[in-house]
Amino acid sequence: MNVSVEFIMTGLFVFALAGFLGFEMIRRVPRLLHTPLMALTNALSAISLVGSIVVLGGQYTAYTTILGFVAVIASMINVVGGFLITDKMLKMFKPREKPKKPEPAEAEGAS
Amino acid sequence: MSNFLPMASSFFPDASTETGLYILISLLYLVGAMGFILSLKWMSDAKTARKGIFAGEIGFVLAIIGTLLLPVITTTGYIYIAVAMLIGAAIGVPLGLLVPMTAMPQRIALSHAFGALAAALVGIAKFYDATPDIGWFVMAVLGIEIVLGALVFTGSLMAAGKLQEVKWLAQRPIVFPLQKTLNFAILAVAVAGVIILAADPSQLWAIPVIIAAGLAFGVMLIIPIGGADMPTVIALLNSYAGIAAALLGFVLENNLLIVAGALDGMSGLILSIIMCRAMNRSFRNVLFGAFGATEVAAGDQEVGSIRSASFDEAGDLLKMARLVVIVPGYGMAVAQAQHKVRELADTLEKEGVEVKYAIHPVAGRMPGHMNVLLAEANVPYEQLIDMEEINPEFPQADVVLVLGANDVVNPAARHDQSSPIYGMPILDVDKAATVMVVKRSMRPGFAGVENELFFNEKTLMVFGDAKDVMGELITEVSGNRDSINV
Repeated sequence: MNVSVEFIMTGLFVFALAGFLGFEMIRRVPRLLHTPLMALTNALSAISLVGSIVVLGGQYTAYTTILGFVAVIASMINVVGGFLITDKMLKMFKPREKPKKPEPAEAEGAS
Repeated sequence: MSNFLPMASSFFPDASTETGLYILISLLYLVGAMGFILSLKWMSDAKTARKGIFAGEIGFVLAIIGTLLLPVITTTGYIYIAVAMLIGAAIGVPLGLLVPMTAMPQRIALSHAFGALAAALVGIAKFYDATPDIGWFVMAVLGIEIVLGALVFTGSLMAAGKLQEVKWLAQRPIVFPLQKTLNFAILAVAVAGVIILAADPSQLWAIPVIIAAGLAFGVMLIIPIGGADMPTVIALLNSYAGIAAALLGFVLENNLLIVAGALDGMSGLILSIIMCRAMNRSFRNVLFGAFGATEVAAGDQEVGSIRSASFDEAGDLLKMARLVVIVPGYGMAVAQAQHKVRELADTLEKEGVEVKYAIHPVAGRMPGHMNVLLAEANVPYEQLIDMEEINPEFPQADVVLVLGANDVVNPAARHDQSSPIYGMPILDVDKAATVMVVKRSMRPGFAGVENELFFNEKTLMVFGDAKDVMGELITEVSGNRDSINV
Protein backbone atom coordinates (compact mmCIF):
# COMPACT_ATOMS: atom_id res chain seq x y z
CA MET A 1 0.00 0.00 0.00
CA ASN A 2 1.72 3.08 -1.20
CA VAL A 3 -0.31 6.21 -1.32
CA SER A 4 0.90 8.43 -4.13
CA VAL A 5 2.51 11.75 -3.39
CA GLU A 6 -0.19 13.32 -5.54
CA PHE A 7 -2.89 12.00 -3.26
CA ILE A 8 -1.13 13.11 -0.11
CA MET A 9 -0.87 16.62 -1.54
CA THR A 10 -4.49 16.65 -2.70
CA GLY A 11 -5.49 15.25 0.66
CA LEU A 12 -3.63 17.99 2.53
CA PHE A 13 -5.29 20.54 0.28
CA VAL A 14 -8.74 19.11 1.01
CA PHE A 15 -7.98 18.79 4.72
CA ALA A 16 -6.84 22.39 5.06
CA LEU A 17 -9.80 23.80 3.14
CA ALA A 18 -12.36 21.64 4.94
CA GLY A 19 -10.80 22.55 8.29
CA PHE A 20 -10.94 26.25 7.45
CA LEU A 21 -14.52 25.99 6.25
CA GLY A 22 -15.45 24.00 9.36
CA PHE A 23 -13.85 26.61 11.62
CA GLU A 24 -15.77 29.46 10.01
CA MET A 25 -19.08 27.58 10.11
CA ILE A 26 -18.84 26.09 13.57
CA ARG A 27 -17.84 29.42 15.07
CA ARG A 28 -21.31 30.61 14.12
CA VAL A 29 -23.15 27.81 15.89
CA PRO A 30 -24.83 29.36 18.94
CA ARG A 31 -24.11 27.91 22.38
CA LEU A 32 -27.75 26.95 22.53
CA LEU A 33 -27.03 24.23 19.98
CA HIS A 34 -23.66 23.00 21.17
CA THR A 35 -24.94 19.65 22.39
CA PRO A 36 -26.81 18.89 19.15
CA LEU A 37 -23.68 20.04 17.29
CA MET A 38 -21.61 17.48 19.19
CA ALA A 39 -24.14 14.76 18.49
CA LEU A 40 -24.15 15.67 14.80
CA THR A 41 -20.38 15.80 14.37
CA ASN A 42 -20.31 12.52 16.24
CA ALA A 43 -22.49 10.99 13.58
CA LEU A 44 -20.28 12.56 10.90
CA SER A 45 -17.12 11.12 12.46
CA ALA A 46 -18.68 7.70 11.90
CA ILE A 47 -17.63 8.24 8.29
CA SER A 48 -15.05 5.55 9.12
CA LEU A 49 -18.03 3.41 8.10
CA VAL A 50 -16.80 3.91 4.54
CA GLY A 51 -13.41 2.45 5.44
CA SER A 52 -15.03 -0.29 7.51
CA ILE A 53 -17.21 -1.38 4.58
CA VAL A 54 -14.18 -1.64 2.29
CA VAL A 55 -12.25 -3.71 4.84
CA LEU A 56 -15.18 -6.03 5.53
CA GLY A 57 -16.33 -6.32 1.92
CA GLY A 58 -12.82 -6.68 0.53
CA GLN A 59 -12.37 -9.96 2.43
CA TYR A 60 -8.58 -9.83 2.58
CA THR A 61 -8.08 -12.35 5.37
CA ALA A 62 -10.29 -13.89 8.05
CA TYR A 63 -8.61 -11.64 10.60
CA THR A 64 -9.28 -8.36 8.78
CA THR A 65 -12.81 -9.52 8.02
CA ILE A 66 -13.51 -9.88 11.74
CA LEU A 67 -12.01 -6.46 12.43
CA GLY A 68 -14.07 -5.00 9.58
CA PHE A 69 -17.23 -6.66 10.87
CA VAL A 70 -16.85 -5.11 14.32
CA ALA A 71 -15.89 -1.77 12.75
CA VAL A 72 -19.01 -1.70 10.55
CA ILE A 73 -21.21 -2.46 13.57
CA ALA A 74 -19.52 0.20 15.71
CA SER A 75 -19.68 2.94 13.09
CA MET A 76 -23.23 2.02 12.08
CA ILE A 77 -24.32 2.43 15.74
CA ASN A 78 -22.90 5.94 15.58
CA VAL A 79 -24.46 6.87 12.26
CA VAL A 80 -27.96 5.66 13.13
CA GLY A 81 -27.88 6.61 16.82
CA GLY A 82 -26.13 9.93 16.15
CA PHE A 83 -28.61 11.24 13.60
CA LEU A 84 -31.63 10.00 15.56
CA ILE A 85 -30.50 11.59 18.78
CA THR A 86 -29.58 14.90 17.15
CA ASP A 87 -32.98 15.07 15.54
CA LYS A 88 -34.71 14.13 18.79
CA MET A 89 -32.84 16.92 20.57
CA LEU A 90 -33.48 19.54 17.91
CA LYS A 91 -37.20 18.75 17.94
CA MET A 92 -37.23 19.94 21.53
CA PHE A 93 -35.81 23.39 20.75
CA LYS A 94 -38.91 25.48 20.21
CA PRO A 95 -39.40 29.20 19.97
CA ARG A 96 -42.04 30.80 22.17
CA GLU A 97 -45.45 29.83 20.81
CA LYS A 98 -46.95 33.06 19.56
CA PRO A 99 -50.66 32.23 19.30
CA LYS A 100 -50.90 30.55 22.72
CA LYS A 101 -49.63 33.48 24.76
CA PRO A 102 -50.47 36.56 22.75
CA GLU A 103 -50.36 39.73 24.85
CA PRO A 104 -49.44 39.13 28.51
CA ALA A 105 -45.89 37.84 28.13
CA GLU A 106 -44.88 40.64 25.77
CA ALA A 107 -46.63 43.36 27.75
CA GLU A 108 -44.84 42.48 30.98
CA GLY A 109 -41.49 42.51 29.28
CA ALA A 110 -42.10 46.07 28.19
CA SER A 111 -43.48 47.41 31.44
CA MET B 1 -3.96 7.63 -16.11
CA SER B 2 -2.76 6.43 -12.76
CA ASN B 3 -1.76 9.95 -11.83
CA PHE B 4 -5.16 11.24 -12.74
CA LEU B 5 -6.87 8.51 -10.75
CA PRO B 6 -4.77 8.07 -7.63
CA MET B 7 -7.58 6.38 -5.74
CA ALA B 8 -7.99 3.76 -8.41
CA SER B 9 -4.66 2.21 -7.50
CA SER B 10 -5.90 0.71 -4.28
CA PHE B 11 -9.52 -0.09 -4.94
CA PHE B 12 -9.78 -0.92 -8.62
CA PRO B 13 -8.12 -4.02 -9.97
CA ASP B 14 -8.01 -2.56 -13.45
CA ALA B 15 -8.30 1.18 -13.38
CA SER B 16 -8.56 1.77 -17.11
CA THR B 17 -11.78 -0.23 -17.54
CA GLU B 18 -13.37 1.19 -14.42
CA THR B 19 -12.96 4.89 -15.11
CA GLY B 20 -16.70 5.56 -15.47
CA LEU B 21 -17.48 3.83 -12.18
CA TYR B 22 -14.64 5.66 -10.49
CA ILE B 23 -16.03 8.99 -11.63
CA LEU B 24 -19.52 8.04 -10.44
CA ILE B 25 -18.25 7.05 -7.00
CA SER B 26 -16.15 10.21 -6.72
CA LEU B 27 -19.16 12.34 -7.57
CA LEU B 28 -21.29 10.54 -4.99
CA TYR B 29 -18.59 11.24 -2.41
CA LEU B 30 -18.39 14.86 -3.52
CA VAL B 31 -22.14 15.41 -3.10
CA GLY B 32 -21.96 13.53 0.19
CA ALA B 33 -19.24 15.89 1.45
CA MET B 34 -21.38 18.85 0.40
CA GLY B 35 -24.23 17.36 2.43
CA PHE B 36 -21.98 17.25 5.51
CA ILE B 37 -20.91 20.85 5.02
CA LEU B 38 -24.50 22.02 4.59
CA SER B 39 -25.56 20.11 7.69
CA LEU B 40 -23.03 22.07 9.76
CA LYS B 41 -23.93 25.33 8.09
CA TRP B 42 -27.62 24.88 8.92
CA MET B 43 -26.69 24.01 12.47
CA SER B 44 -25.93 27.68 13.08
CA ASP B 45 -29.62 28.49 13.60
CA ALA B 46 -32.22 26.61 15.62
CA LYS B 47 -34.74 27.24 12.84
CA THR B 48 -32.72 25.49 10.13
CA ALA B 49 -30.92 22.92 12.28
CA ARG B 50 -33.31 20.05 11.57
CA LYS B 51 -32.88 20.61 7.86
CA GLY B 52 -29.18 20.16 8.58
CA ILE B 53 -29.78 16.68 9.95
CA PHE B 54 -31.49 15.79 6.70
CA ALA B 55 -28.55 17.07 4.66
CA GLY B 56 -26.17 15.02 6.78
CA GLU B 57 -28.28 11.91 6.35
CA ILE B 58 -28.38 12.34 2.58
CA GLY B 59 -24.61 12.75 2.66
CA PHE B 60 -24.26 9.48 4.52
CA VAL B 61 -26.60 7.55 2.24
CA LEU B 62 -24.62 8.75 -0.80
CA ALA B 63 -21.33 7.86 0.88
CA ILE B 64 -22.57 4.34 1.66
CA ILE B 65 -23.94 3.81 -1.85
CA GLY B 66 -20.68 5.02 -3.37
CA THR B 67 -18.67 2.68 -1.18
CA LEU B 68 -20.86 -0.31 -1.94
CA LEU B 69 -20.23 0.25 -5.65
CA LEU B 70 -16.49 -0.33 -5.23
CA PRO B 71 -15.45 -3.39 -7.23
CA VAL B 72 -13.20 -4.73 -4.44
CA ILE B 73 -16.26 -5.82 -2.49
CA THR B 74 -16.99 -9.51 -3.00
CA THR B 75 -20.38 -11.20 -3.14
CA THR B 76 -20.04 -12.74 0.32
CA GLY B 77 -18.70 -9.36 1.40
CA TYR B 78 -22.08 -7.81 0.63
CA ILE B 79 -23.79 -10.36 2.87
CA TYR B 80 -21.40 -9.65 5.74
CA ILE B 81 -21.85 -5.90 5.25
CA ALA B 82 -25.63 -6.20 5.30
CA VAL B 83 -25.55 -8.29 8.48
CA ALA B 84 -23.12 -5.97 10.27
CA MET B 85 -25.06 -2.86 9.25
CA LEU B 86 -28.30 -4.38 10.48
CA ILE B 87 -26.74 -5.27 13.83
CA GLY B 88 -25.30 -1.76 14.13
CA ALA B 89 -28.63 -0.17 13.25
CA ALA B 90 -30.45 -2.44 15.70
CA ILE B 91 -28.19 -1.18 18.49
CA GLY B 92 -28.11 2.40 17.22
CA VAL B 93 -31.88 2.96 17.10
CA PRO B 94 -32.51 2.38 20.82
CA LEU B 95 -29.34 4.31 21.66
CA GLY B 96 -30.73 7.21 19.66
CA LEU B 97 -34.33 7.11 20.76
CA LEU B 98 -34.46 5.68 24.26
CA VAL B 99 -31.60 7.43 26.05
CA PRO B 100 -33.06 10.12 28.34
CA MET B 101 -31.83 13.69 27.96
CA THR B 102 -30.31 13.64 31.44
CA ALA B 103 -27.99 10.82 30.30
CA MET B 104 -26.88 12.78 27.23
CA PRO B 105 -23.27 13.49 28.32
CA GLN B 106 -22.45 9.82 28.82
CA ARG B 107 -24.37 8.92 25.66
CA ILE B 108 -22.21 11.33 23.65
CA ALA B 109 -19.03 10.04 25.29
CA LEU B 110 -20.05 6.46 24.53
CA SER B 111 -20.60 7.21 20.87
CA HIS B 112 -17.16 8.81 20.67
CA ALA B 113 -15.88 5.44 21.86
CA PHE B 114 -17.70 3.57 19.08
CA GLY B 115 -16.46 5.94 16.39
CA ALA B 116 -12.89 5.69 17.62
CA LEU B 117 -13.11 1.90 17.86
CA ALA B 118 -14.18 1.70 14.21
CA ALA B 119 -11.38 4.03 13.11
CA ALA B 120 -8.76 2.06 15.06
CA LEU B 121 -9.97 -1.31 13.78
CA VAL B 122 -9.98 -0.17 10.16
CA GLY B 123 -6.46 1.15 10.62
CA ILE B 124 -5.29 -2.14 12.14
CA ALA B 125 -6.95 -4.19 9.40
CA LYS B 126 -5.36 -1.98 6.73
CA PHE B 127 -1.97 -2.57 8.32
CA TYR B 128 -2.24 -6.36 8.41
CA ASP B 129 -3.56 -6.36 4.86
CA ALA B 130 -0.74 -4.29 3.42
CA THR B 131 2.31 -5.11 5.58
CA PRO B 132 5.19 -5.07 4.84
CA ASP B 133 4.55 -3.15 1.64
CA ILE B 134 3.85 0.22 3.28
CA GLY B 135 5.70 3.47 2.62
CA TRP B 136 7.18 5.24 5.66
CA PHE B 137 4.88 8.22 5.44
CA VAL B 138 1.69 6.17 5.17
CA MET B 139 2.90 3.93 7.99
CA ALA B 140 3.54 6.92 10.24
CA VAL B 141 0.06 8.30 9.53
CA LEU B 142 -1.46 4.86 10.05
CA GLY B 143 0.41 4.39 13.32
CA ILE B 144 -0.72 7.77 14.67
CA GLU B 145 -4.26 6.97 13.57
CA ILE B 146 -4.26 3.64 15.42
CA VAL B 147 -2.84 5.17 18.61
CA LEU B 148 -5.35 8.04 18.46
CA GLY B 149 -8.27 5.67 17.84
CA ALA B 150 -7.26 3.43 20.75
CA LEU B 151 -6.76 6.45 23.02
CA VAL B 152 -10.16 7.96 22.23
CA PHE B 153 -11.79 4.53 22.63
CA THR B 154 -10.69 3.94 26.24
CA GLY B 155 -10.73 7.65 27.10
CA SER B 156 -14.36 7.98 26.01
CA LEU B 157 -15.35 4.79 27.79
CA MET B 158 -13.76 6.11 30.98
CA ALA B 159 -15.48 9.48 30.56
CA ALA B 160 -18.82 7.77 29.94
CA GLY B 161 -18.27 5.60 33.02
CA LYS B 162 -17.44 8.59 35.19
CA LEU B 163 -20.48 10.49 33.93
CA GLN B 164 -22.73 7.49 34.46
CA GLU B 165 -21.24 7.30 37.97
CA VAL B 166 -20.29 3.66 37.58
CA LYS B 167 -19.52 2.31 41.05
CA TRP B 168 -15.97 1.07 40.59
CA LEU B 169 -14.84 4.30 38.89
CA ALA B 170 -13.86 7.13 41.18
CA GLN B 171 -15.76 10.32 40.36
CA ARG B 172 -13.20 12.56 41.97
CA PRO B 173 -9.98 13.13 40.08
CA ILE B 174 -7.25 10.71 41.09
CA VAL B 175 -3.68 11.88 41.34
CA PHE B 176 -0.68 9.89 42.45
CA PRO B 177 3.06 10.43 42.58
CA LEU B 178 4.89 10.29 39.24
CA GLN B 179 1.57 10.33 37.39
CA LYS B 180 2.84 12.72 34.73
CA THR B 181 6.07 10.75 34.37
CA LEU B 182 4.08 7.56 33.84
CA ASN B 183 1.81 9.27 31.28
CA PHE B 184 4.77 10.58 29.32
CA ALA B 185 6.42 7.17 29.47
CA ILE B 186 3.30 5.57 27.93
CA LEU B 187 3.20 8.26 25.28
CA ALA B 188 6.90 7.73 24.57
CA VAL B 189 6.30 4.00 24.05
CA ALA B 190 3.55 4.80 21.54
CA VAL B 191 5.72 7.29 19.66
CA ALA B 192 8.68 4.91 19.62
CA GLY B 193 6.45 2.12 18.31
CA VAL B 194 5.18 4.32 15.48
CA ILE B 195 8.73 5.35 14.57
CA ILE B 196 9.91 1.73 14.51
CA LEU B 197 6.98 0.77 12.27
CA ALA B 198 7.58 3.68 9.94
CA ALA B 199 11.22 2.61 9.60
CA ASP B 200 10.30 -1.02 9.08
CA PRO B 201 6.65 -1.98 8.59
CA SER B 202 7.48 -5.69 8.88
CA GLN B 203 7.96 -5.35 12.66
CA LEU B 204 4.61 -6.94 13.43
CA TRP B 205 5.22 -7.02 17.19
CA ALA B 206 5.10 -3.22 17.35
CA ILE B 207 1.41 -3.06 16.41
CA PRO B 208 0.08 -4.64 19.63
CA VAL B 209 2.52 -2.43 21.51
CA ILE B 210 1.20 0.83 20.06
CA ILE B 211 -2.41 -0.37 20.47
CA ALA B 212 -1.78 -1.18 24.14
CA ALA B 213 0.00 2.15 24.69
CA GLY B 214 -2.90 4.02 23.08
CA LEU B 215 -5.47 2.18 25.18
CA ALA B 216 -3.49 2.75 28.37
CA PHE B 217 -2.93 6.43 27.61
CA GLY B 218 -6.68 6.94 27.09
CA VAL B 219 -7.35 5.55 30.56
CA MET B 220 -4.58 7.60 32.17
CA LEU B 221 -5.83 10.76 30.47
CA ILE B 222 -9.25 10.57 32.14
CA ILE B 223 -8.19 9.35 35.61
CA PRO B 224 -7.19 12.84 36.84
CA ILE B 225 -10.22 14.57 35.25
CA GLY B 226 -13.01 15.82 37.51
CA GLY B 227 -16.68 16.26 36.71
CA ALA B 228 -16.52 19.97 35.95
CA ASP B 229 -13.74 19.43 33.41
CA MET B 230 -15.86 16.93 31.50
CA PRO B 231 -17.24 19.46 28.98
CA THR B 232 -13.73 20.28 27.81
CA VAL B 233 -12.59 16.68 27.76
CA ILE B 234 -15.62 15.45 25.84
CA ALA B 235 -15.10 18.19 23.27
CA LEU B 236 -11.43 17.28 23.02
CA LEU B 237 -12.19 13.58 22.50
CA ASN B 238 -14.66 14.65 19.81
CA SER B 239 -11.84 16.50 18.11
CA TYR B 240 -9.43 13.54 18.33
CA ALA B 241 -12.06 11.21 16.87
CA GLY B 242 -12.39 13.57 13.90
CA ILE B 243 -8.63 13.77 13.40
CA ALA B 244 -8.42 9.96 13.48
CA ALA B 245 -11.05 9.78 10.73
CA ALA B 246 -9.17 12.35 8.64
CA LEU B 247 -5.88 10.46 9.04
CA LEU B 248 -7.67 7.31 7.94
CA GLY B 249 -8.73 9.23 4.85
CA PHE B 250 -5.06 9.77 3.96
CA VAL B 251 -4.32 6.08 4.34
CA LEU B 252 -7.37 4.92 2.39
CA GLU B 253 -6.95 7.67 -0.22
CA ASN B 254 -10.46 8.87 0.45
CA ASN B 255 -11.28 12.58 0.34
CA LEU B 256 -14.68 12.13 1.94
CA LEU B 257 -13.10 10.77 5.11
CA ILE B 258 -10.70 13.70 5.12
CA VAL B 259 -13.52 16.25 4.78
CA ALA B 260 -15.76 14.69 7.43
CA GLY B 261 -12.81 14.15 9.76
CA ALA B 262 -11.60 17.73 9.34
CA LEU B 263 -15.08 19.12 10.07
CA ASP B 264 -15.46 16.94 13.15
CA GLY B 265 -11.95 17.67 14.38
CA MET B 266 -12.47 21.40 13.97
CA SER B 267 -15.82 21.30 15.74
CA GLY B 268 -14.36 19.50 18.74
CA LEU B 269 -11.42 21.89 18.79
CA ILE B 270 -13.60 25.00 18.76
CA LEU B 271 -15.86 23.61 21.47
CA SER B 272 -12.92 22.74 23.71
CA ILE B 273 -11.41 26.20 23.21
CA ILE B 274 -14.75 27.77 24.18
CA MET B 275 -14.94 25.54 27.25
CA CYS B 276 -11.38 26.32 28.30
CA ARG B 277 -11.96 30.05 27.92
CA ALA B 278 -15.13 29.80 29.96
CA MET B 279 -13.05 28.35 32.77
CA ASN B 280 -10.04 30.62 32.21
CA ARG B 281 -7.79 27.62 31.84
CA SER B 282 -5.41 26.23 29.26
CA PHE B 283 -5.63 22.81 27.59
CA ARG B 284 -2.52 21.70 29.40
CA ASN B 285 -4.06 22.74 32.67
CA VAL B 286 -7.26 20.79 32.03
CA LEU B 287 -5.45 17.67 30.88
CA PHE B 288 -2.66 17.59 33.39
CA GLY B 289 -3.80 19.91 36.12
CA ALA B 290 -6.15 17.66 38.10
CA PHE B 291 -7.93 20.77 39.23
CA GLY B 292 -10.41 18.99 41.45
CA ALA B 293 -7.68 17.54 43.60
CA THR B 294 -6.56 20.95 44.82
CA GLU B 295 -7.79 20.92 48.37
CA VAL B 296 -8.36 24.32 49.81
CA ALA B 297 -7.55 24.51 53.46
CA ALA B 298 -10.74 25.22 55.34
CA GLY B 299 -8.91 27.74 57.51
CA ASP B 300 -8.40 30.21 54.64
CA GLN B 301 -12.06 30.74 54.21
CA GLU B 302 -13.76 33.59 55.90
CA VAL B 303 -16.88 31.72 56.73
CA GLY B 304 -19.67 34.07 57.67
CA SER B 305 -23.18 33.26 58.67
CA ILE B 306 -25.78 32.07 56.24
CA ARG B 307 -29.44 32.97 56.11
CA SER B 308 -31.95 30.34 55.15
CA ALA B 309 -35.46 31.00 53.94
CA SER B 310 -38.65 29.01 54.30
CA PHE B 311 -40.65 28.07 51.22
CA ASP B 312 -43.25 30.63 52.29
CA GLU B 313 -40.75 33.51 52.34
CA ALA B 314 -39.10 32.39 49.13
CA GLY B 315 -42.45 32.05 47.38
CA ASP B 316 -43.49 35.56 48.40
CA LEU B 317 -40.23 37.08 47.20
CA LEU B 318 -40.58 35.38 43.83
CA LYS B 319 -44.19 36.43 43.46
CA MET B 320 -43.43 40.08 44.17
CA ALA B 321 -40.50 40.24 41.76
CA ARG B 322 -40.63 41.86 38.36
CA LEU B 323 -37.70 39.97 36.87
CA VAL B 324 -36.55 36.56 38.05
CA VAL B 325 -33.39 35.01 36.58
CA ILE B 326 -32.97 31.28 36.99
CA VAL B 327 -29.39 29.97 37.00
CA PRO B 328 -29.35 26.21 36.38
CA GLY B 329 -26.35 24.00 37.06
CA TYR B 330 -25.41 20.34 37.16
CA GLY B 331 -27.47 19.99 40.35
CA MET B 332 -30.63 20.58 38.32
CA ALA B 333 -29.65 17.77 35.97
CA VAL B 334 -28.94 15.40 38.86
CA ALA B 335 -32.27 16.17 40.52
CA GLN B 336 -33.99 16.01 37.08
CA ALA B 337 -35.75 19.18 38.12
CA GLN B 338 -35.99 20.82 34.66
CA HIS B 339 -39.72 20.12 34.22
CA LYS B 340 -40.52 21.49 37.66
CA VAL B 341 -38.39 24.55 36.92
CA ARG B 342 -40.39 25.22 33.82
CA GLU B 343 -43.62 24.78 35.81
CA LEU B 344 -42.43 27.31 38.36
CA ALA B 345 -41.53 29.72 35.57
CA ASP B 346 -44.98 29.29 34.03
CA THR B 347 -46.64 29.93 37.39
CA LEU B 348 -44.52 33.04 37.88
CA GLU B 349 -45.33 34.31 34.39
CA LYS B 350 -49.02 33.91 35.16
CA GLU B 351 -48.43 36.16 38.17
CA GLY B 352 -46.91 38.75 35.86
CA VAL B 353 -43.25 38.02 36.63
CA GLU B 354 -40.74 38.03 33.80
CA VAL B 355 -38.52 34.91 33.84
CA LYS B 356 -35.16 34.43 32.13
CA TYR B 357 -32.56 31.68 32.32
CA ALA B 358 -28.86 32.48 32.60
CA ILE B 359 -26.70 29.81 30.97
CA HIS B 360 -23.01 29.61 31.82
CA PRO B 361 -20.98 27.97 29.03
CA VAL B 362 -19.61 25.24 31.31
CA ALA B 363 -22.72 24.65 33.40
CA GLY B 364 -23.30 20.90 33.41
CA ARG B 365 -21.16 18.15 32.03
CA MET B 366 -20.99 18.89 28.31
CA PRO B 367 -21.20 21.93 26.03
CA GLY B 368 -24.82 23.12 25.88
CA HIS B 369 -26.01 20.65 28.54
CA MET B 370 -28.40 23.07 30.29
CA ASN B 371 -29.92 24.25 27.02
CA VAL B 372 -30.85 20.72 26.03
CA LEU B 373 -32.38 19.91 29.41
CA LEU B 374 -34.46 23.08 29.49
CA ALA B 375 -35.49 22.63 25.87
CA GLU B 376 -36.67 19.17 26.84
CA ALA B 377 -38.86 20.81 29.47
CA ASN B 378 -40.34 23.02 26.71
CA VAL B 379 -38.64 26.24 27.73
CA PRO B 380 -38.72 28.45 24.62
CA TYR B 381 -35.12 29.01 23.50
CA GLU B 382 -35.48 32.80 23.47
CA GLN B 383 -35.51 32.60 27.27
CA LEU B 384 -32.16 30.76 27.45
CA ILE B 385 -29.61 33.55 27.61
CA ASP B 386 -25.83 33.29 27.32
CA MET B 387 -23.56 34.62 30.03
CA GLU B 388 -22.31 37.72 28.19
CA GLU B 389 -25.84 38.85 27.41
CA ILE B 390 -27.39 38.22 30.80
CA ASN B 391 -24.60 39.63 32.97
CA PRO B 392 -25.54 43.31 32.42
CA GLU B 393 -29.13 42.43 33.36
CA PHE B 394 -28.44 41.08 36.84
CA PRO B 395 -28.60 44.50 38.56
CA GLN B 396 -32.19 44.81 37.32
CA ALA B 397 -33.15 41.35 38.53
CA ASP B 398 -35.20 41.25 41.73
CA VAL B 399 -34.54 37.60 42.43
CA VAL B 400 -31.90 35.25 41.08
CA LEU B 401 -32.72 31.60 41.65
CA VAL B 402 -29.52 29.54 41.68
CA LEU B 403 -30.37 25.92 41.10
CA GLY B 404 -27.59 23.43 41.55
CA ALA B 405 -24.95 25.79 40.16
CA ASN B 406 -21.97 26.57 42.33
CA ASP B 407 -18.56 27.53 40.97
CA VAL B 408 -20.05 29.43 38.01
CA VAL B 409 -21.68 31.90 40.41
CA ASN B 410 -18.85 32.24 42.94
CA PRO B 411 -17.84 35.93 43.14
CA ALA B 412 -14.40 34.83 44.41
CA ALA B 413 -13.53 34.21 40.75
CA ARG B 414 -13.59 37.98 40.25
CA HIS B 415 -11.44 39.17 43.15
CA ASP B 416 -9.84 36.38 45.21
CA GLN B 417 -6.47 35.70 43.64
CA SER B 418 -5.84 32.74 45.94
CA SER B 419 -8.97 30.95 44.75
CA PRO B 420 -8.42 28.09 42.31
CA ILE B 421 -11.22 29.47 40.17
CA TYR B 422 -9.80 33.02 40.10
CA GLY B 423 -10.18 34.60 36.66
CA MET B 424 -12.94 32.31 35.49
CA PRO B 425 -15.77 34.32 33.92
CA ILE B 426 -18.85 33.94 36.09
CA LEU B 427 -22.50 34.91 36.16
CA ASP B 428 -22.69 38.08 38.26
CA VAL B 429 -25.66 36.90 40.30
CA ASP B 430 -24.51 38.85 43.38
CA LYS B 431 -25.48 42.09 41.58
CA ALA B 432 -29.16 41.19 41.86
CA ALA B 433 -31.35 42.42 44.71
CA THR B 434 -31.84 38.96 46.20
CA VAL B 435 -30.07 35.70 45.47
CA MET B 436 -31.87 32.51 46.33
CA VAL B 437 -29.70 29.41 46.37
CA VAL B 438 -31.41 26.04 46.25
CA LYS B 439 -29.02 23.49 47.63
CA ARG B 440 -29.20 20.07 49.19
CA SER B 441 -26.62 20.83 51.88
CA MET B 442 -23.66 23.10 52.51
CA ARG B 443 -21.27 20.70 50.75
CA PRO B 444 -18.83 22.67 48.55
CA GLY B 445 -18.71 22.35 44.76
CA PHE B 446 -16.44 20.13 42.71
CA ALA B 447 -13.34 22.20 43.29
CA GLY B 448 -13.74 21.92 47.03
CA VAL B 449 -14.00 25.71 47.08
CA GLU B 450 -16.34 27.36 49.55
CA ASN B 451 -18.70 29.66 47.74
CA GLU B 452 -18.67 33.12 49.29
CA LEU B 453 -21.96 33.83 47.57
CA PHE B 454 -23.68 31.69 50.21
CA PHE B 455 -22.45 34.02 52.94
CA ASN B 456 -23.44 37.19 51.10
CA GLU B 457 -25.99 39.26 53.00
CA LYS B 458 -28.29 39.28 49.95
CA THR B 459 -28.31 35.52 49.78
CA LEU B 460 -31.06 33.29 51.06
CA MET B 461 -30.42 29.56 51.20
CA VAL B 462 -33.33 27.26 50.47
CA PHE B 463 -32.33 23.76 51.52
CA GLY B 464 -33.72 20.65 49.90
CA ASP B 465 -33.75 18.54 46.77
CA ALA B 466 -34.11 20.84 43.74
CA LYS B 467 -37.19 19.01 42.45
CA ASP B 468 -38.97 19.06 45.84
CA VAL B 469 -38.11 22.71 46.41
CA MET B 470 -39.51 23.62 43.00
CA GLY B 471 -42.72 21.77 43.84
CA GLU B 472 -43.06 23.65 47.12
CA LEU B 473 -42.37 27.00 45.46
CA ILE B 474 -44.96 26.34 42.75
CA THR B 475 -47.54 25.71 45.46
CA GLU B 476 -46.52 28.88 47.29
CA VAL B 477 -46.53 31.10 44.22
CA SER B 478 -49.80 29.82 42.79
CA GLY B 479 -51.42 30.26 46.20
CA ASN B 480 -52.84 26.74 46.22
CA ARG B 481 -51.50 26.08 49.68
CA ASP B 482 -53.61 28.84 51.24
CA SER B 483 -56.75 27.66 49.57
CA ILE B 484 -56.16 24.17 50.89
CA ASN B 485 -55.56 25.50 54.40
CA VAL B 486 -58.65 27.66 54.33
